[in-house]
Amino acid sequence: MTAVTLPAAARTGGSHDLAGTGALLRLALRRDRLMIPAWVVLLGLTVVSMSGALEKLYDTPAKRADVASSMTGNGSLRAVYGPVFDDSLGGLTAWRIGCMAALLAGVMSLLIVVRHTREEEETGRQELLSAAMVGRRAPLTAALLAALVADAALALLIAAGLAGAGQPAGGALALGLAVGGTGLVFAGLAAITAQLTESARAAKGLAGAALGAAFVLRAAGDAATEDASSPLTWASPVGWAEQLRAFADERWWVLLLFLAGTAVTVGAAYALTARRDLGMSFLPARPGPARASASLNGATGLAWRLQRTTLLGWSAGFLLAGAVFGGITDGASDLVGDNEQARRIFERMGGQQGLSEAFISALTGMLGMVAAIYAAGAVLRLRGEETGDRAEPVLAGAVGRLRWAAGHLAIAFLGTVVVLLLGGLGLGLTYGLTIGDVSGQLGPATGAALAQIPAVWTLTGLAVLLVGALPKASAGTWAVVGCCLGIGWVGPAVQLPQWAMNLSPFSHLPKLPGGEATAAPFLWLLALTAVFVTAGLTALRRRDIG
Amino acid sequence: MTKAITVSGLRKAFGRTQALDGLDLDVEAGEVHGFLGPNGAGKSTTIRVLLGLLRADGGGAHLLGKDPWRAAVELHRRIAYVPGDVTLWRNLSGGEVIDLYGRLRGGLDKARRADLLERFELDPTKKGRTYSKGNRQKVALVAAFASDVDLLILDEPTSGLDPLMEEVFQDCVEEERDRGRTVLLSSHVLSEVEALCDRVSIIRKGRTVESGSLADLRHLTRTSVTAELAGAPNGLSGLPGVHDLDIQGHRVRLQVDTDKLDAVLRSLSRSGVRSLTSTPPTLEELFLRHYQDDTLDGTQTPEPAASAPVAGSGSGSGSEKAALR
Repeated sequence: MTAVTLPAAARTGGSHDLAGTGALLRLALRRDRLMIPAWVVLLGLTVVSMSGALEKLYDTPAKRADVASSMTGNGSLRAVYGPVFDDSLGGLTAWRIGCMAALLAGVMSLLIVVRHTREEEETGRQELLSAAMVGRRAPLTAALLAALVADAALALLIAAGLAGAGQPAGGALALGLAVGGTGLVFAGLAAITAQLTESARAAKGLAGAALGAAFVLRAAGDAATEDASSPLTWASPVGWAEQLRAFADERWWVLLLFLAGTAVTVGAAYALTARRDLGMSFLPARPGPARASASLNGATGLAWRLQRTTLLGWSAGFLLAGAVFGGITDGASDLVGDNEQARRIFERMGGQQGLSEAFISALTGMLGMVAAIYAAGAVLRLRGEETGDRAEPVLAGAVGRLRWAAGHLAIAFLGTVVVLLLGGLGLGLTYGLTIGDVSGQLGPATGAALAQIPAVWTLTGLAVLLVGALPKASAGTWAVVGCCLGIGWVGPAVQLPQWAMNLSPFSHLPKLPGGEATAAPFLWLLALTAVFVTAGLTALRRRDIG
Repeated sequence: MTKAITVSGLRKAFGRTQALDGLDLDVEAGEVHGFLGPNGAGKSTTIRVLLGLLRADGGGAHLLGKDPWRAAVELHRRIAYVPGDVTLWRNLSGGEVIDLYGRLRGGLDKARRADLLERFELDPTKKGRTYSKGNRQKVALVAAFASDVDLLILDEPTSGLDPLMEEVFQDCVEEERDRGRTVLLSSHVLSEVEALCDRVSIIRKGRTVESGSLADLRHLTRTSVTAELAGAPNGLSGLPGVHDLDIQGHRVRLQVDTDKLDAVLRSLSRSGVRSLTSTPPTLEELFLRHYQDDTLDGTQTPEPAASAPVAGSGSGSGSEKAALR
C-alpha cells in the first residue's frame, strides 16, 4: 500500500472517527466477561505458582546453579525454553515459563482482537453498529483496548503475584511487562490480519502462523547462541520477552521494542482499515464454480469441503514442527550423559530412558496435546454449523443427524491420525538424518506420535458428548483441552499431585519411545472415547436442533 | 383429497416460553396454503417441528402421512425447505449450494435449474458472503423450485426480494401448484397470500385462530354499507349483526356481519335505495383484527369498541388502529 492520498475519513481523523469507542469497549468486555478473566487468571496463576514449585525443586543455590549451567549449555534445551540468564529463583521462573506465557498472551490477544473486528464484520453485526454513532476507527480501537485491558491485567497479576511471593519487585514487573508486551504486539499483528482476510477463521490462522514463526525464530536464535545475542532472537517479539531479562539485571529499554512493535502494527492496521470498505478485505474472495463438483455430494462431502483447508494447514504445521523438533533432538544428547540434574529435568518433561529418547518422548507428547486443539476445533464445527443456521437446511434435506455429524467426526478423528503421523514422520526423518539412521528412527518416532492418539481421541469424544448432550456448554471443550495442556506442560514441573495429573488422559500414556507400552491404558482410553461418542450421538439424535 | 400436512394440538415449550400451545393445521395435497401470524406467533417453530428439527412436547403432526420426527430422512427426500434467513457457507459458490441442496433432496432438474437461474437473474459463481439478502434467498428458492419434491415449505421466502422478483416467485409457486405440488407458505406479504393461497391458517400465540379459504374468512367479518335512501330507514337497529349504525336523515352508514348482510339489504330496499356502497373488508383489516386483538378467541367477532368508524373499514380494525396510536 503505497498510495499517498488518503480517503477523506482518514484525512479528517480526529474524534469523529473514534465516536462510540467507549460503548464498543464496554460491549466487548461484557461479551468477554468470562473469557478474558479465565485467560488472565489461569495464565497469571500458572506463572506465579511456577516460582513456588521451582523453589521446592531447587532448594539450594548450588542446585540452581547446576541446573542453570546445564540447561544453558545445551542448544536443544535453549531452543525449547531459552537460556537461563540468572540462577536466582526468579531467573529460573522467567526461564522456565516466560516464553510460554508470552506465547499464550499472544494467543489470547489475537483471539480478542479478531473476535471484535473481523468476526463482527463477517457475521454482519458490525454493519448494524457502524450505522449508529460509531466512528470508522472505533471498532478496531475498542478491540485493541480490550486486548490492552487483558494484557495489562495479566502483566499486573504476574508482577503482583511474583512480588507477593517474595521475588524482587523489579524482576516481577519486568516479567509481567514482557508477557503483556508480547501480547500487545500480537494484538497489533492480529489487527493487521483482520484487515487482510474476509473470514475471521483465516485472520486467526494468519496471526497464529505469525506467532508460530516468532516462536521458531526465537528457538533457532537461542539454539545458535548461548546469550540470546542472535539476530534471529532479536527479530522475534517472543525473543524480546526474553531479552528484557527479568530478574537478571533487567534491560528496561527493551520495553521500547514492544512499544515500537505495537505502534507500527497498530498504525499499519489503522492505515489499512481506512483504505477499505466495511466487510471487504485486501484478499478478496474469487468467484467459484457455477456447478458443484461430484465430490460435494452430501453431508460428508460438505464436511470435507468445509474442513479440508484447516486440516491441510495443521498437517503442514505438524510436519514442519516435527522436522524442527527432529533437527534439535540430537543436540539434546550432547548433555553430559551422567548429569543427574539434566536427566531429572528430562524425566519431568516426560522422558524415561536415554536422553534422546526422553527428548523425543517429551516432544511427541507436546504434539499430542496440540493435536487435541485441532480435534476439538474440528468437532466444534458441528456446533458452529448449528448456531450459524447452516445445519438447518442440510438437516431439512434427506440427511439424518448421524450422517450429518459423521462427516465432521470422521475428519476430527482421522485428521488426528494424519497430523500425528506427519508430525512423527517429520521428527523421525530429520532426527534420523542428523544421526545417519533414518530407517532406525522413523519407526519409533512415528510410533511415539501415534501412541498419543487414544488420549487425543478421548478429548475428541468429550467434545462430541458436549455438542450432543450439552450443546450450550460445548465451548467448555476448550477449557478441558486447556486444562489438559496445562497439566501436561507445567504439571510435572510444579509437581501437581498424582490425582490431578491423572485428570488428563495424556498422563496415562506410556512414555514412548523407550518406556514400556502395555495395552491396558490404550484400551481404557479407547473405551472411554467410545462411551463419550455413543452417548453424545445418542443425545444428538434426540435433542432439538438450533 | 388427501392431507399433505395434519397437525393437531401441537405443543412445544422452550423453557418457560410456550411457543406452541395446541396448534392445529390442515393442508390439503396440491394446495397452496398460507400460514400467517404476527412475529413470534410460532410459525417457524411449527415449521421446524414439521421438519423434524424440533421435537414436539405434545399433540400430533403428520407430513405426507408420516411422523416428521421418526421418518425425517425419508420425508425430506420429498420436501424442499426455504428458511426466512438464508445463511450460506462463505467459501461455497451459489451454484454449488444449489446443487448440494438438490442432492440432499430427491434430485435436481437441470433444465429447470438453468431456467430458474435466468428468471431470478442469479449469478451462481459468486461466493456465500458476497450475496445480498435477496440473492441468498434466491439461491435457496432456485434450489427448492428445481428440486424434484412433493411438498415445499417456504418460511417468509420473499422478505428480501424486489417487486420484479416477487412476481417471478409468484409465477414459480403457480407452476408448482399446476404440477400438483403442495406449498406451505408462511408470509407477511398479504398481496402475495391473496394472489397465491387457496386457503390460509392464521395463528396467534401458538394457537390457530382461523383457518379456511379467503372467501370463508371474509365471510366471518363485517362489511361496511353506506346507503342513500328514498325514505327514513326503518328497523335497522333491531336487526342481528348490525353495528355502528349511524343515521343522518335519509343517509345510513353501518357495519354488518357479512353473513347477516342479506337481512340488512332487504330492510334498506323497503325504504327505497337511491345509492348503495358495500365494501368487503380488506385483507389487511382481516389480518390486523387477528394480529392485534388480544382477547380474540376462535371465530368469535370482537365487540365494537368505537362508535365512529371510518367508512369502508371494519369497526374492530378501526378501533385497534386507533388504540395503536
